[in-house]
Amino acid sequence: MSVVHVKTKINGDVVDYVCEPDETLLDVLRNRLGLTGAKEGCSTGDCGACSVTLDGRLTCSCLVLGAEADGAEIGTIEGMAKGEELHPLQRKFLEHAALQCGICTPGILVAAKALLDHNSKPTETEVRFGLAGNLCRCTGYDKIVRAVMAAAEDMRRA
Amino acid sequence: MRYERPSTMKEASALLAKEKGSAYVLAGGTDLLVRLRTGFIEPDLVVDIKRIAATRAIEASGGRFRIGAAVTGAELGEHAKLKKAWPGVVEAANLIGSKQVQGRCTMTGNLCNASPAADSVPALVAAAAKAVIVGPKGKRTIPVEGVPVGPGKTSLKKGEIIESILLPKRPARSGDAYLRFIPRTEMDIAVVGVGVSVTLDAKGVCTDARVSLGAVAPTVLLVSEAAKALIGSRMDKKALDALAAACSAACRPIDDKRGTRDFRIKVAGVLARRAAQIARKRAGGK
Repeated sequence: MSVVHVKTKINGDVVDYVCEPDETLLDVLRNRLGLTGAKEGCSTGDCGACSVTLDGRLTCSCLVLGAEADGAEIGTIEGMAKGEELHPLQRKFLEHAALQCGICTPGILVAAKALLDHNSKPTETEVRFGLAGNLCRCTGYDKIVRAVMAAAEDMRRA
Repeated sequence: MRYERPSTMKEASALLAKEKGSAYVLAGGTDLLVRLRTGFIEPDLVVDIKRIAATRAIEASGGRFRIGAAVTGAELGEHAKLKKAWPGVVEAANLIGSKQVQGRCTMTGNLCNASPAADSVPALVAAAAKAVIVGPKGKRTIPVEGVPVGPGKTSLKKGEIIESILLPKRPARSGDAYLRFIPRTEMDIAVVGVGVSVTLDAKGVCTDARVSLGAVAPTVLLVSEAAKALIGSRMDKKALDALAAACSAACRPIDDKRGTRDFRIKVAGVLARRAAQIARKRAGGK
């Protein structure tokens, strides 16, 4: 196999990498670039643990080839906090104890941010639908939904 | 595996046509990547068609729509004009997967994956949509129901790719709808799916109808008997009863873990009735 040379922007930084043609973006992020925030859960696009944004669209990085990301802007969980300052969603997840084992958390935060970017005042139903592609086996979702609603309220006030 | 990203349909078609091994088209990848990663397929060549301009646009002209093969579900849902003209088609496409999947998945992919349970396909068939196919011998346009020929199989020949899907001009007082049965609230595969499109005259009499069923046969079905039950009627109880009976009679489903044969046959009639009522309302019927 001949490797593919890819130029992207990840969390605002120009990043070039080479990858195998059949390598997923998730594997590139984790294994080649050391960005291990996106997690591998199901590898079939069902669990959302690998969620990233690709040109602003929420997507499962396990369902994207690394080669496909050429010229794209990628957003990962690593770009969410501004230095030491946590994003309001991250703060509210801590305050509401909206996580236990934490495997799903990066994907849920990325998905929740994508939701709030499009809808600053979601209803509980909209939050639940917006996060339906992110599975969590610990929390029962209730604390997650409350944390997202609380963060949305904070962000509207800011 | 080689990964190619041509910028024209001609190049893409030529790459597929001359490949001696197994070759696949990549648009959204929400089906292809799963099959690739699970080892179900081992492609020698993957042709990514997303850099071809014609596959990326929704064009509206003269009341018709041309939807590129790589247009995502999310993009369909954000297109106000398309949603207004063909709410049933858009709602069907938007039922596929999660927000994450919607950001990538395409109706053409849904069609070419050729699952009997594909959500957008009954809606497209009811809409009398056509597929524009580009191949080594040039372009041809066929009704979408001619694309899938069995589970996972299409009528596309070597080197052929669907470039876009065409939706016809809508007469006045027309409406469409898609409903599916799933045991959950979302993120599931249809146990039965029904697409209905109707046109009414000024008096509320149905002058044209198309009815399509998913997940009840090896391919999505266009049920002409069901359409006949509506045409010429005011879509009253008698006509809807006849529609439901015709839909149930057309089913040739399998028993599986998601639904029994008998259940699917019954639900096809129930959903057809409900979808027809929504389509009628959208067409302005009272």
